[in-house]
Amino acid sequence: MKPALNDDPFLSDAFSGGYNVHLDAFEGPLDLLLHLIRKNELDIRDIPIAVITRQYLDYIKLMKDLNLEIAGDFLLMASTLLHIKSRMLLPLDEQEEGEPEETDPRAELIRRLLEYQQYKEAGLVIGARALLGREVFTRGASEPLSLRTQGDDNPLELELFDLVDAFRTLLARVPVESFHDVAAGDSLSIADCINETLSLLQERELIHFDELVCLDLTRERIIVTFLALLELCRLKLIRIFQNEPHGKIWFMPAVSRDDSIEGEAAG
Amino acid sequence: MSLSAIIESLIFAAESPLSLDRLCDLLQEYERNQLKVSLGELVVFYEERQGGIQLVEVAGGWQFRTSPELQEYVARHIRTKAAKFSPSALETLAIIAYRQPITRTEVEYLRGVDCGGVIKTLLDKKLVRILGKKEIPGRPLIYGTSKEFLEVFGLKDLKSLPTLKEIQALDQTPFLELQEELPLEQNSAPDNDIFLPFEAGPC
Repeated sequence: MKPALNDDPFLSDAFSGGYNVHLDAFEGPLDLLLHLIRKNELDIRDIPIAVITRQYLDYIKLMKDLNLEIAGDFLLMASTLLHIKSRMLLPLDEQEEGEPEETDPRAELIRRLLEYQQYKEAGLVIGARALLGREVFTRGASEPLSLRTQGDDNPLELELFDLVDAFRTLLARVPVESFHDVAAGDSLSIADCINETLSLLQERELIHFDELVCLDLTRERIIVTFLALLELCRLKLIRIFQNEPHGKIWFMPAVSRDDSIEGEAAG
Repeated sequence: MSLSAIIESLIFAAESPLSLDRLCDLLQEYERNQLKVSLGELVVFYEERQGGIQLVEVAGGWQFRTSPELQEYVARHIRTKAAKFSPSALETLAIIAYRQPITRTEVEYLRGVDCGGVIKTLLDKKLVRILGKKEIPGRPLIYGTSKEFLEVFGLKDLKSLPTLKEIQALDQTPFLELQEELPLEQNSAPDNDIFLPFEAGPC
């Protein structure tokens, strides 16, 4: 069940707690690379490309093992790293006049990392300012002008990691079964679970994850519910949101008004 | 009535930041210099008073705002949909703010990920706007920050963005060589500098 471990500190501490896999939500491949560099206390201007490439690929493998969909951007970076690594293995051809400046194949990547780091920091700096509607208020403003339009900031963007988290928390609560029930009684299908959830949502506008499984707190029920919710989400039948970071995850029926927004986005 | 009092009342009653130019329009019986002096006195008055409201310069104008330290108390009464920004939104916003005018491809190159969704959210929140189209193949849209961006982030102008740490680039080859960067020191509004082939607006 457990993916094969190697002695890499990055992965082994990720796996130390049995199924306790910690996945930071990285903003992208550059963010992940910066994280690896920081974690290994490496000099960003002199990245040991072999080490970084290996850890990067391990991380992607970890995502694969968890069946998370890996964004193409991560794969693109993986191939870039491998390309750089292979170029560094080749002897330097001094006769070649093609690119006299770019002797270090890492140069472009390092430049991108430095630049990215800079904007990441700038983002934190401007985010820490006293924002209108958050720290400061103008006279009689019930809502700041510009934020009135959009109530739910991209409710679907962070959900995958959050759902995986909620899923793990719940699984942790299930008592460990000391035996295996070979003849499974009445097995639960995802379709049943979808129907159950939908009918529940017709009665009530809002339910949270715990409620769906509280009656029957078994591993099977939780897993099937989780899959059902992912499916519902894919079909755009429900919307998932949180009131606060790490808060409870709530579900509500998707409304048709969202479709019009989607249409706009396509244009 | 003192001129300071007149200016104070105008700024108080205005819905959005009131610029010196606008004050000049409104108070033509006074010299621009007089207005400047009185406005200065007013600013000093509020600074020294250390009260619950401040007179601040944002988005090229003057506005009364509550002190940030009082956030906790004001928030008890005022219910705003708090300005929440995810790290990716802030990153993208920072890139657009510092590098504008910039195309989506360039933002994505800098961040290493697809930014379509984030940029759309920022457009919806009106923090980012479309400045025009770039005269390169494909004519991609170019983006920049809006007046609302300055208002929400409490900035006088783009020049007052916190300065980036210098990138000590390994070599001096310019990034993406495609367009002129907007120098951060430059005071002029970015939109006056670019060729706008059509009225800026959603495609």
